[in-house]
Amino acid sequence: MAADSCSWFPALAVGVSLLKCFFISAYRSTDFEVHRNWLAITHSLPVSRWYYENTSEWTLDYPPLFAWFELGLSQVARRFDANMLQVENLNYASPATVLFQRLSVIVTDVVFIYAARECCRCVREPKGSRDVLSRPSFVLAVLLLWNFGLLVVDHIHFQYNGFLFGFLLLSVAKHLQSQHLQGALLFAFLLNLKHIYLYVAPAYGVYLLRSYCFAQDNKDGSVRWSSFSPLRLLALGAIVTSVCALSFGPFIAMGQLPQVLSRLFPFKRGLCHAYWAPNIWALYNVLDKSLAVLGVRLKLLEEAELPPASMTGGLVQEFEHSVLPSVTPAVTLVCTLLSILPAVASIWLRPHGAQGFLRCLLLCALGCFMFGWHVHEKAILIAILPLSILAVESREDAGIFLILTTTGHYSLFPLLFTPAELPIKVVLMLMFTIFSFTALRKLHSAQGSLLHPLEVIYLLGLVAVAIACEVVFPLSPWQQRLPFLPLLVTSVYCAMGVCYAFLRLYASLLLRREEKPKQL
Amino acid sequence: MQTWSLVSICVLLAIIARWGVSLNSYSGAGKPPMFGDYEAQRHWQEVTYNLPIQEWYFNTTNNDLNYWGLDYPPLTAYHSWICAYIAKTINPEWVELHKSRGYESTQHKLFMRMTVLVADLLIYIPAVVLYCLYLTDGSSKKKVSIMFCFLLYPGLILIDYGHFQYNGVSLGFALWGILALGLGWDVLGSMAFSLALNYKQMELYHALPFFCYLLGKCIKTGLIGRGLFLLVRIGVTVLATFALCWLPFLAEPSQAMQVVRRIFPVARGLFEDKVANTWCSLNTLIKIKSILSVPTTVVETDSAMTTQTGLKCNEICYACPFLVFVCSMLPLFLKDGLLVPYIVTSLGFLFFSIYLLSALDHCSEDKLRLGAYNKLFYWLPKMDLAFIVRWKFYISIAAMVGLSIATAVLIPPPHLPDLFPVLVSTTAFLHFLGTFIHFNVVQFSEPPSRKSQKKSN
Repeated sequence: MAADSCSWFPALAVGVSLLKCFFISAYRSTDFEVHRNWLAITHSLPVSRWYYENTSEWTLDYPPLFAWFELGLSQVARRFDANMLQVENLNYASPATVLFQRLSVIVTDVVFIYAARECCRCVREPKGSRDVLSRPSFVLAVLLLWNFGLLVVDHIHFQYNGFLFGFLLLSVAKHLQSQHLQGALLFAFLLNLKHIYLYVAPAYGVYLLRSYCFAQDNKDGSVRWSSFSPLRLLALGAIVTSVCALSFGPFIAMGQLPQVLSRLFPFKRGLCHAYWAPNIWALYNVLDKSLAVLGVRLKLLEEAELPPASMTGGLVQEFEHSVLPSVTPAVTLVCTLLSILPAVASIWLRPHGAQGFLRCLLLCALGCFMFGWHVHEKAILIAILPLSILAVESREDAGIFLILTTTGHYSLFPLLFTPAELPIKVVLMLMFTIFSFTALRKLHSAQGSLLHPLEVIYLLGLVAVAIACEVVFPLSPWQQRLPFLPLLVTSVYCAMGVCYAFLRLYASLLLRREEKPKQL
Repeated sequence: MQTWSLVSICVLLAIIARWGVSLNSYSGAGKPPMFGDYEAQRHWQEVTYNLPIQEWYFNTTNNDLNYWGLDYPPLTAYHSWICAYIAKTINPEWVELHKSRGYESTQHKLFMRMTVLVADLLIYIPAVVLYCLYLTDGSSKKKVSIMFCFLLYPGLILIDYGHFQYNGVSLGFALWGILALGLGWDVLGSMAFSLALNYKQMELYHALPFFCYLLGKCIKTGLIGRGLFLLVRIGVTVLATFALCWLPFLAEPSQAMQVVRRIFPVARGLFEDKVANTWCSLNTLIKIKSILSVPTTVVETDSAMTTQTGLKCNEICYACPFLVFVCSMLPLFLKDGLLVPYIVTSLGFLFFSIYLLSALDHCSEDKLRLGAYNKLFYWLPKMDLAFIVRWKFYISIAAMVGLSIATAVLIPPPHLPDLFPVLVSTTAFLHFLGTFIHFNVVQFSEPPSRKSQKKSN
């Protein structure tokens, strides 16, 4: 290719942006109406009504900075179709509205593109690699910019994750470049845009406290208490409080904080989403169901005693398990904290610099995904995207990445359930999978194969599951009686892969103690 | 990265582009009573499935030829029959005689779009891949880049997957023919091209080059001996292919004649709609239509067809006329509601042609074979022709952008309602004329010298 060393990044960015335009007319989920409603609320109503408005069922449940973001968008929306900004116009979706909303996602992705470029800058390039396609930075750029999950969730299903992940990746890049205050500022913004990133807040908190506020370590890597810098702590505190003040300030002043928090944290929802995220609780639910069925068969239980089979009915409610103890929000919180404790302790006791922080961030994200309350399957992206950075540099991480990504991306398939989108999701998945496998294999070719044969068999099993769920099942007689079955099979099968990746990532963190920790 | 993975990724991207365009509207959507090409194809499925083969091309009580009567050769009819057979198993309402007229539904649209994609996957895309990998020069990366740009050509995507047609089948067969000829398999090539002709009569545009090349090859090999044997083999193959395709219609001469009458409708006017050809452009100056008493048949320029001739050339400075073709169809795309796909595919094609194939770097005198012009116009002062070509490229692109915006956004003055379509057609015609002349000059000039080729490597 005649392309020179710097021009491939803009080409990738332009290419993926044009690709996103192809999905303008594709299926949109209810999230489209959610965001249209928020445009309407923020544009047409005074700030004091934003978190009280409930004409539509899709009430504002993101932090205030996102509401301000929607207000900004609504100023542009006015020029496309002012009718979308009427709160009463529920499910309004004129062609101009669709075009505007889709373009807004594509345009705001520029934040993500910038962040991806910064991440590519942080990647070590081995000397003497002339071929652009074999460079780690190129592979990382494709894995980030052309990520299947983001394309499908943002540009078809409809959300603004690209914009948000841009902040996360930019923050990570800043930490990798040792610009910690900027990283902290970006993360503070991110938390006030979408509070799901609280999943990774422990990693930030402990890392910044340990590796930034304590300016030096002892020779053996343990904390040197005397090097504590109150100035740095104050700086961090000031950043976080000022961003939160900017975001929540108006609502605290109006005394609306409890209402805002109740909107942000609706614990009335069930343990699992209507479609179970592939986490521990999916396996727990299946175990419970199997034991119940087994119990009835073996006459150990009475069928009448069991609660009705509503968990698989696809409704979002609170309900109980039949055989195993029921799970409450408190239990999930405890499990989550326990799951991230070793990771967080590890970067306190033996920090490994920004790389260690990134690994801890991943484990926090995965831990919360595995054990959290009412987790959405889309949350797997919080683990997949940062893992891409590690995958292009380390062979072991590349192997874990391939498992987590393929499994995690496949678990997003049920999001696009319409027939017209079937070719799109299959082709996009194939594209990303072929690229990630071949590129990572080429990158790490000198060190042997990336995947164990059993892992390969598991991933091939995904193909079988896909064919069974997308092709065989709809044409079979069970379609009517057990409509939830393919979703159940998908989440359980993927849950196994995600759990496995979680354990392997933990192993890779805890077994790295021998490396000399870096100073900041 | 290995070539196979790059090729698969490019093919998958091409499929996404196609399917993405499919999600949009089609010609005649929701526009009774005639609808458009989409309904024409559906109607042909209805006719071929429900009626006996002898009635397909005839005007009967069950087959009203005024409502999208079959006007392509038999292979199209057989293809429609196969699609109808599948349609019937999924939902008989789609092809029910008379009752399914104007049938529109989401599932039906999905099915129809799928038939186009399947046909492309079976015929067109493999031909493109093999052609680019085996018959183009350069490194494997360059071949893949050419293949990618080839597959991204907006004209074919927008017409087949937007407006709705099956040009990929006929073009695919023609490309298989070219591929076979390039590999020296003349008999197979002539069979493939015969199939292309029997799918769409517009492949006649390409027939003369095929004929002349094969005849020339036979003569060169020696008309006494191997050449004659080759000529006979080719002749027999072509006749056999035609016979096989026309078999059901050969029982009675009237059948065959009716099919010919349907596929060459001499009764139609000199041109339909606003077309980027000589007659349409001249018509603005001289009202030709009113002068000529005997109407001459000129079939509407199917610009997807012309991709073949152009895209065989690797010098991507020729990207300009290709995009002009697409731009000339903008009025049609606007009618079909395909403005966004038009913009996206055109931008994509332009960007990747320039980026991957370094379009403007290859605009040297040698690469463009401009040496011949220096000889032809020796009496003019010497000019930097490559510079002129590059600027012509920029001006053309600017003109296309301007015309596109004008056609899409501006309202024409009331006394010139067709101003923009005519402007677009005339501009396109000038480009086509220029390209036509240039190709002829190149054809008859000497091949580029070996010395200068080595230098640029």
